[in-house]
Amino acid sequence: MTQPTLYDQILDFANRADPWPLYEQLRTRPVWAEEDGTFVVSRYRDIYALMHDPRLSSDPNNLLPEFADKLPPAEGPGGMAPAFIRTDPPRHDVLRRTVMRQFGPPHRPDRIDKLTPKLSAVVAELIDKIAGKPEADLVDEVAYPFPVAVISELLGVPAEDQATFGGWVDPIVNALTRPTPEQLQERNDAMQQLSHYMLELAQRRRTQPGDDMISGFVTDDGPDGRLEGGDLLSTLILLLIAGHETTVNLITNGWLTLQRHPDQLQRLRTEPRFAIRMVEELLRYEPSVHILPLRTAVDDIEIGDATVRKGHPIAVMLASGNRDAECIPDADRFDPDRPDNVHLSFAGGIHYCLGAPLARLEAQIALTQLAKRLQNPRLVADPPPYRPSPILRGPIHLRIAYDAVLPA
Amino acid sequence: MRVVVDLTKCEGYAQCAFLAPEAFRMVGDEALMFDPAPPDELQDKVLRAAAACPVQALQVDMADLPTPPPRAAVADGDDRLRREGRIVIVGASLAGLKAAEQLRADGFAGTLTMIGDEALEPYDRPPLSKQVQTGWAASADTSLPRRRDIGADWKLGVAATGLDLERNVVSLADGQEVGFDRLLIATGVRARPWFVPEEAGLDGVFTIRTRADAAGLRERLAAGPRRVLVIGSGFTGSEMASVCAELDIPVTVAEAGPAPLAGALGGVIGRIAAGIMREHGVDLRTEVRVESLQGEDGKLRRAVLSDGTTIEVDVAVVALGGIRNVEWLHDSGLAVGVWGVACDAGCRAFDANGLVTDDVFVAGDVARQPQPMFGYQFLAMEHWGNSVTQAEVAAHNMISTKTERWPHLEVSAFWSLQFGNNIKSVGVPPIADQIAITQGSVEKRQFVAAYGYKGRVVGAVSWNQGKWLDFYQQLIEQAAPFPPPYHLTDPPADGTPVPAEFPAMTYPGRDATVVVTGHDPSERRATLVRAARRR
Repeated sequence: MTQPTLYDQILDFANRADPWPLYEQLRTRPVWAEEDGTFVVSRYRDIYALMHDPRLSSDPNNLLPEFADKLPPAEGPGGMAPAFIRTDPPRHDVLRRTVMRQFGPPHRPDRIDKLTPKLSAVVAELIDKIAGKPEADLVDEVAYPFPVAVISELLGVPAEDQATFGGWVDPIVNALTRPTPEQLQERNDAMQQLSHYMLELAQRRRTQPGDDMISGFVTDDGPDGRLEGGDLLSTLILLLIAGHETTVNLITNGWLTLQRHPDQLQRLRTEPRFAIRMVEELLRYEPSVHILPLRTAVDDIEIGDATVRKGHPIAVMLASGNRDAECIPDADRFDPDRPDNVHLSFAGGIHYCLGAPLARLEAQIALTQLAKRLQNPRLVADPPPYRPSPILRGPIHLRIAYDAVLPA
Repeated sequence: MRVVVDLTKCEGYAQCAFLAPEAFRMVGDEALMFDPAPPDELQDKVLRAAAACPVQALQVDMADLPTPPPRAAVADGDDRLRREGRIVIVGASLAGLKAAEQLRADGFAGTLTMIGDEALEPYDRPPLSKQVQTGWAASADTSLPRRRDIGADWKLGVAATGLDLERNVVSLADGQEVGFDRLLIATGVRARPWFVPEEAGLDGVFTIRTRADAAGLRERLAAGPRRVLVIGSGFTGSEMASVCAELDIPVTVAEAGPAPLAGALGGVIGRIAAGIMREHGVDLRTEVRVESLQGEDGKLRRAVLSDGTTIEVDVAVVALGGIRNVEWLHDSGLAVGVWGVACDAGCRAFDANGLVTDDVFVAGDVARQPQPMFGYQFLAMEHWGNSVTQAEVAAHNMISTKTERWPHLEVSAFWSLQFGNNIKSVGVPPIADQIAITQGSVEKRQFVAAYGYKGRVVGAVSWNQGKWLDFYQQLIEQAAPFPPPYHLTDPPADGTPVPAEFPAMTYPGRDATVVVTGHDPSERRATLVRAARRR
């Protein structure tokens, strides 16, 4: 048995609660070459450059066969049509533009802005529900149902079906890095059920369209055409997963961070608009996505004195880059007053997170309402238990106690 | 509120357009239009947009910021200049303001005087040929936001008329004199007027550089002219043609050269730009000069072109580039001329002998600086981003000791928005001999092209693909080989390098006439002789 590498240790569940010292060690070298062929990149400037580098590829077809063969079937060549997150231009640009056409500017510029009152109402209702109890699980009772309700509303998934999703999404997320055979099986089963459901829903929307995104995908003849077949399915599944999992983490990591910084929690109660900057710093300090695991390169890329080899997997360590003191002064300090906060939490370049504006609003609204309504909130366990994934990293439960819940 | 977006930095992530759709609009996939003065009730949304900008390109006024900018470092006890020096900035525009802000940020606590010939505080010019002309923003609303309190003594509406380097004094049009320990020259460029003064004076003939120009032109465009003639098709001319097309106003573009944008981006790209213009219904005439502008009762009525045609027009926009504002320095003994004010890489001005001065600095469109990355040529970079970075370096150096000075080595960059296309460029394309498409599809108007000079990458241009330009900037900084020897995603159908087709570069300083007097080396002095005086 060889010594576990830093990257092995980061993936190891035992280090989920505090990966930061491992990231710091990672940053002592620009690139780490893992035994399994993966290259690990962890410094801010190198990550920033990679994300703007047209040699970097998100298309698994550009992986050498020895690496592609190890991917979950749908991630590898010949699986389900890849969503835009797994494609390169020009295909990527067409798919993303087609999705953006139903989601934001320039075609639907105020879709997210108009959603703001709805976001507040959903959160208010969820907090109302925990009012009668002395304790609650912030994940199960607020942070999870909130983005689920929102993405469902956007996509046009009926409210009565929303609970069913959770059971499908978790196994898919859990199989993102080095899955066991059992995890793979669970994932494939979930994927199949989810696909079946989504295709059926799309079929319904084709005949009875509403103002939701799915209706737009299947009826709107934009310049790049409709989204159909495998593209539609992979896009819907991507939006569903990305629309859930990341925001859950942002809200729970956020609340955890605020409880650990009571002075900042107090400012959230009293200072108008404090949430705006606070969430930006939160994104940097405790990002929802720690690693972009499945990138590769179409040509060798020199980073420092190392070479990332063409066709090998590249793990881009976003969370590590956010704490790189070479570029970010006092990087380990949670400081919402930080000027010019330029973090990597939504990645960058052409794959910049599509849902970023929604995630920001969701976190700003949820954390502000929690801060204002919960009386004397405290963590039941610190650190809390974490989800298995080292990629989408966050607490699986966050139990909090409080004296009372103020009315909205 | 006051807002400005650094569109050199902007990569089109659209976060602002999502979060404050009333104040920020995307055009196509990645170009941004913004309201420079959104109403105060949008404050929450605009601050959300500013915080969310992934490249922090969106700037609001400090008055709207939740926390004041950090206090400047206190000047060292023995540093008299920082503590009580006198700094004068001539030119109350983008470069002047950015220099002032940098001085205060660096801890300059002395007196600061801002001199500007327009009776207006610093304003942003790019919107004047874009959102002001389409009517979305008012020209009066383009004042630049202040990022910090600069505590300046403003002398606005009074031009500087002379510089006396023996007494270190700037003289003003109203007879005042202002003494300085350090001077920053940031007087910029004015629009080159139509050559024939009587024709230039016709009602309906416009240049577009100032707020007043923009307001007058907007009024005419809003009134629905029969046809607009745009003279020249550089960036300003092309943007004006785009505005007319957007407003459904018939427009003719007269271009003396082979294609639009050919001076800045070469003939290969110029032909693409020409195709786009014509697709949008612009009557583009290349290799055509305007012979005369004719009027009736003092109003522009028609234009006679060198192709033998006469067109009926109510409005003519003269977009023939600029003239550097250096006349006030003619007797100063500095090396100034049509080329601007020459300075070293640290922004210190050269005198007529070619000696570098220690207390006179230059920044912005009027500066001409050696570019180490581009063969040490003296180049003037008349771009928004250059004004900012050069002003910041100049300001820093003004109050720094010899060992603390910075060279200004930013890779030049600019953008233009026209006909729904976001065109961005890095480096210095006009020095290139070759161009190669490196990514994307020219037909789809989504591509990147690299420029090479003798086998080295010296520039790049992107059409609706601006998120890749950082990579090309690195290639330029690393003197990477041209064509770039890499496999890239989204390779073009044909990436073969071809001649870039730039007009021959002329160095304006070549026409300087210098007389040298004195015999002993200690007595030898150079004097610039001006054409006007020789006559």
